[in-house]
Amino acid sequence: MSVLVVAEHDNKNLKSSTLNTISAAEKLSEDIHLLILGNKIEDLAKSSKSIQLVKKVIICDHEKLENQIPELSSPIISNLAENYSHILAPSSTFGKNLLPRVSAQLDVTQISDIIGIESQDTFIRPIYAGNAISYVQTDQKINLMTVRPTSFEKCEEAGGDAALENITFIDSEVKTTFVSREVSKSDRPELGNARVVVSGGRGLENSDNFKLLYDLADKLNAAVGASRAAVDSGYIGNEYQVGQTGKMVAPELYIAVGISGAIQHLAGMKESKVIVAINKDLEAPIFNIADYGLSSDLFQAIPEIIKELDLLNQIES
Amino acid sequence: MKVLVAVKRVVDYKVQIRVKSDNSGVETQNVKMSVNPPDENAIEEAVKLKEQGLANEIISVSIGDDKSQDVLRTSMAMGIDRSILVKSQNTLEPLAVAKTLKIIIDKEKPDLVLMGKQAIDDDSNQTGQILSALLNWPQGCFISNLKIENNKVFISREIDEGIENLETSLPAVLTCDLRLNTPRFASLPNIMKAKKKPLETIDIDTLGIDTSSKIKTLKVIEPPKRKAGIMVNDVKELVQKLKYEAKVI
Repeated sequence: MSVLVVAEHDNKNLKSSTLNTISAAEKLSEDIHLLILGNKIEDLAKSSKSIQLVKKVIICDHEKLENQIPELSSPIISNLAENYSHILAPSSTFGKNLLPRVSAQLDVTQISDIIGIESQDTFIRPIYAGNAISYVQTDQKINLMTVRPTSFEKCEEAGGDAALENITFIDSEVKTTFVSREVSKSDRPELGNARVVVSGGRGLENSDNFKLLYDLADKLNAAVGASRAAVDSGYIGNEYQVGQTGKMVAPELYIAVGISGAIQHLAGMKESKVIVAINKDLEAPIFNIADYGLSSDLFQAIPEIIKELDLLNQIES
Repeated sequence: MKVLVAVKRVVDYKVQIRVKSDNSGVETQNVKMSVNPPDENAIEEAVKLKEQGLANEIISVSIGDDKSQDVLRTSMAMGIDRSILVKSQNTLEPLAVAKTLKIIIDKEKPDLVLMGKQAIDDDSNQTGQILSALLNWPQGCFISNLKIENNKVFISREIDEGIENLETSLPAVLTCDLRLNTPRFASLPNIMKAKKKPLETIDIDTLGIDTSSKIKTLKVIEPPKRKAGIMVNDVKELVQKLKYEAKVI
């Protein structure tokens, strides 16, 4: 049977989470179809055709789909469902917002945030903030799943030549209108997808001090993250929160600065390859999972690290 | 306006959970249980709407065994007027929870349904969205701000890219993020008062819906443990280790 992947995008480019989700789909079927619902997405459809693993790109291009209101997009997905054994979407706020509506429309229980695929009907997902791992099996007529992007490699974007199919927009009566989106502009890598993440916690004390972290991040070409405490205190926006109720990250290097390491935060970053913790409190639980711990005042340590990195760069160049 | 809040009883967020030795699940006996944290934000928001004179009746609903009465009492101590416990011995999947809530909603006819964006035990993040689709009411998920004026609903949603602002109308289903508000602590007099507030119990078997599990849990295991790391003495050592040992910079 074929597998349908619902694309996350901004009407111009696919989000990298879509590429991770396609890799998950590869474990289920060779016949992967990518569904793109959006507005003025001709160029996006063309570029998506070259993804090697994708056999068919299905697009629904309509002005009402510009802002991806789930009440409008979910019936279109449900309408295609009978052709598929599995429907997958990234476990991002996009997928979380959308796919459970398909669950209601198809009367099928969705499996959220899978991190592994054992077979066609058996999946692995974390529960209790990743403090337990659950193996679940289902024999429903269709498998509906959101996929944790950091658990699957990004697929190749080139080398393919998928077929393209246009489907007709089905209108639904919707009472919700889009007002605005407040998106922080940054030249740094995307948090969910960066090779290095530098994260700050309550230890940073205020938003001005986060500039220290930005300087360090820029030296390392890193994304910036934050603990819930730092976001709640208004030091930085919610889109930077790493943890159970924020973003999941799994970079090669995660540097936790002034973060004590509540289990809810660890849930979002403990899959990182190398973890560094910098905290003046030697008892901070973050040290229990760190590969390298430095018990030090971050206001001294961070400028010193920046200086050391500069020195290294000088030696190399 | 009448507001209905859905509340789940979960293992307290501070508890370090243990996987059962037979790998059938997570130990919930003799463990501190509490209101699911974002459900507390939903309760707080309902109480605020009543204090602002926008809501005239606020009720809470939970699905679970008799012990779930305690989270409903907590909600009433925070200011909820009355509660409904739908008694179920089994743990329900989100689709079954939403179907159960829909029956209560069809009967109670609230104008607004609030709940947490996810339960911190199974982390599914589905129920509000499913309920919205079943009711064919507008959906607002992960909200961090809510304003209601003349039947118009203005919400800010926390999304991966930042904040999304939407306008919609009542009736609606909204799921709450942790930054929506700061839940109040129930005072002792209010805890006493809550004991006298009405708590209705309904047996789930009388609702005539299929709440059976569609997903079988084969096993639950501990996640792989990270190997213990080392403490470095200073920044110089840290940078050297990252460069030449871990080779990540």
